[in-house]
Amino acid sequence: MSRQSLSKAHEKITELSWEPTFATPAKKFGTDYKFDKSPKKDPLKQILRSYFPMEEEKDNRVFGAMDGAIRGNMFRQVQERWMEWQKLFLSIIPFPEISAARAMPLAIDAVPNPQIHNGLAVQMIDEVRHSTIQMNLKRLYMNHYIDPAGFDITEKAFANSYCGTIGRQFGEGFITGDAITAANVYLTLVAETAFTNTLFVAMPSEAAANGDYLLPTVFHSVQSDESRHISNGYSILLMALADEDNRQLLERDLRYAWWNNHCVVDAAIGTFIEYGTKDRRKERDSYAEMWRRWIYDDYYRSYLIPLEKYGLVIPHDLVEKAWDRIYNQHYVHRVAQFFATGWPVNYWRIDAMTDTDFEWFEHKYPGWYDQFGKWWEAYNRLAYPGKNKPIAFEDVGYEYPHRCWTCMVPALVREDMVVEKVDGQWRTYCSEPCHWTDAVAFRPEYEGRDTPNMGRLTGKREWETLYHGQDLADIISDLGYVRDDGKTLIPQPHLDLSDPKKLWTLDDVRGIPFGSPNVTLNEMTDAEREAWAASYRANPNRTPSGV
Amino acid sequence: MSTPAKEKKHEAPASFPKPEFTGAEAGMQTFPSSTSRSYNYFKPRKMRATVYEDVTTDVQPDPERHLSQGWIYGFAASDGGYPLDWTALRSGNWHAFLDPNEEWEQTIYRNNANVVRQIELNLQNAKEAGAYAHWSPTWTRFVAENVGAWMHAEQGLGMHVFVTAQRSAPTNMINNAIAVNSVHRLRFAQDLALYNLDLSQSIEAFDGAAHRATWKDNPSWQGVRENVELLTAVDDWAEAVFATNVVFEPLVGVLFRSDFLMQIAARNGDYITPTLIGAGENDYARDLRYTRALFSLLTNDPEHGEHNKAVMQGWLDKWVPVSTHAAHELQPIWSQPADRAVTFADSCSAATADFRTLITELGLVMSKEQ
Repeated sequence: MSRQSLSKAHEKITELSWEPTFATPAKKFGTDYKFDKSPKKDPLKQILRSYFPMEEEKDNRVFGAMDGAIRGNMFRQVQERWMEWQKLFLSIIPFPEISAARAMPLAIDAVPNPQIHNGLAVQMIDEVRHSTIQMNLKRLYMNHYIDPAGFDITEKAFANSYCGTIGRQFGEGFITGDAITAANVYLTLVAETAFTNTLFVAMPSEAAANGDYLLPTVFHSVQSDESRHISNGYSILLMALADEDNRQLLERDLRYAWWNNHCVVDAAIGTFIEYGTKDRRKERDSYAEMWRRWIYDDYYRSYLIPLEKYGLVIPHDLVEKAWDRIYNQHYVHRVAQFFATGWPVNYWRIDAMTDTDFEWFEHKYPGWYDQFGKWWEAYNRLAYPGKNKPIAFEDVGYEYPHRCWTCMVPALVREDMVVEKVDGQWRTYCSEPCHWTDAVAFRPEYEGRDTPNMGRLTGKREWETLYHGQDLADIISDLGYVRDDGKTLIPQPHLDLSDPKKLWTLDDVRGIPFGSPNVTLNEMTDAEREAWAASYRANPNRTPSGV
Repeated sequence: MSTPAKEKKHEAPASFPKPEFTGAEAGMQTFPSSTSRSYNYFKPRKMRATVYEDVTTDVQPDPERHLSQGWIYGFAASDGGYPLDWTALRSGNWHAFLDPNEEWEQTIYRNNANVVRQIELNLQNAKEAGAYAHWSPTWTRFVAENVGAWMHAEQGLGMHVFVTAQRSAPTNMINNAIAVNSVHRLRFAQDLALYNLDLSQSIEAFDGAAHRATWKDNPSWQGVRENVELLTAVDDWAEAVFATNVVFEPLVGVLFRSDFLMQIAARNGDYITPTLIGAGENDYARDLRYTRALFSLLTNDPEHGEHNKAVMQGWLDKWVPVSTHAAHELQPIWSQPADRAVTFADSCSAATADFRTLITELGLVMSKEQ
């Protein structure tokens, strides 16, 4: 279709909507934002007549690559270290995708602009595409990768593991609460515009370096739809900015959405990239360097800062704080260490780090070895069953962390840990912005104004609470993370499948009690809690020499 | 650390990752679960799960299945996730519904791309063959006004019934089926709009704006518009889908499209309109398959079947009069074409017969006055 025809066609389809007079569409999803004064802004033009063949062509390319990968024995050269982390990543990501589809009616309800409605409806079906194409990629991995365990239980594991719950925010956050907070600010302005860059561009690039060219094929195809979604979000943002009353809410939501995305996405993708790769060329960008490029330069400086011309206060402090956490406070490395500590309740295997890895980490993150080197050496030493318990239950100088009530990643930057009584319960937070999110932002009143549509944090937010006082073997059985012989664990702290004696079984973890830090915290006296908090913040959590 | 002042230049890399043979392909070793190559957390309908089941089941988690920590975000005054009380219907197992169309990414795009290609070819050929040259002024006006008006019904239902409803059902299988239904309606609305644009460019006397006036003000169409607008106002997702696909579509949609337009167009020298309308009918036939499967499952639910029948009967009693009224308001347009191949009574009789069959299949009954 020529540009002129496309323009005329788009103009024609704007005639489809009308002002109803008998009844108006049900308003199921509320917002505290107002759009009465907003001039209508159009998103990128998309007509279904050209959309469907375009997407079909993209699909054909993806499926052609999949056939080629199988015929070409791609799995003969994929790195197991990399593929194991895909069991976690691909268990999480189809839910955020389908949640994005489900989020579209929230935005349609809230924004009175039929042109944006059309853009959002196309986004809806894009997201159905993304969710199912990713599930299908995982299915292919399950069928052709050497170890299918973990892929085979994928959506159940996503729903019952502590990692899945962390990832679930990046999905539930799109579909619940204030319609604009969820479906526009959290989903589109931050998650899609900023963090899909690391998810769908930086990570696939690392996949290719580890012999997996299907992840890039599928995720670049997904990413090619994102520019339209970003355009939808930007149009709604411009409409929201037309009303001065929305500014305070936008600033609140940008702070919440930015910080939560950082906590969740950087934790996950940072770990996949840094600890899933075998590519240790010094000139290979670290996650921190990728973040500088994709998030700091391409999003913060090129997208967020220009919004200041509309008088919007940008959360500069939180952008800098996120960078500081990633680069100076070793956020990603602490998350990876936590995932590896918790290996018995994972549904994938985690490879040990080698001297080559140590050298690379030290080169990219000076000081890494002092903080983490001895611990990874201990992880390697304790990798096989028989003479020792899993590393979390051996004394290696690592204190199991408390979980953040808001982002649910543990409070790993220990000096930043916040402990407060909120809603009658002592809760820990990984940082002050996460405490603010629970105690201030997600409330029916914000800075003196009513916010009756704002959502709430709900659910059993500390995973360990579910299993407080239970035996580790019983917990793993309950989770279902056991292989088809009924005893060998799906998770293993190494990649060696050749010797059955090296594989941990339920018998190897029986008799180990499991506890909830939050339950314990709420049993403390005030004095005990203050002493504990001071000690928690002061503990460098560093494995000493000689352990 | 403060942020570096100098931007990094992105130049060609000095080296590249080296492929390494790892032997990480299926079957290279034998160990526990080395042959566990199917999703094992749901029971497929047949011996082996279909691709559709694999890529759809449990992607939307459920506290009644595996979701151990529950939904972690809530609305201000209600639970988050997918609350069961967003419909009056009940089920002992919502997950038992599988879309008979097995819609997933590949089927959605293949099917719709085929439809738009077919339509584009038809329209291109029609132009080249001068197919519109023999349209009478009466038929030209009829198409401009009435075929044109229908695009609004499709758009309204697609956007404000089905896009909305796909947020609300308790399982991914139901919501995806509804999402696909929504894009069928929206695509068909655009097909009709672009057809209208084509005709405006091809026929000098064609009034490309008449569809809006007809939809907004023509008395014959106000019943249909009222019906559509009332459907968009329904809060219960299942009622909205039921009242649209089980009541409105057979009594108004199929009546207008299949039992009227498809019967008379050729007799009035128009062999193009039926090809578009046929695509819309094909969409509805596809969407009716999932609708029938969904509501049959609910009326046959061992525990809640009787409750569901009573609720659906109530919806039937509420919506049949609205749609019957809309259909009868349309009656005057049956006399507009020069060649009146069918009467309103004939069309109505055919549509009502199909509707009664559908209702009977669901175990519901028509009241005598209906």
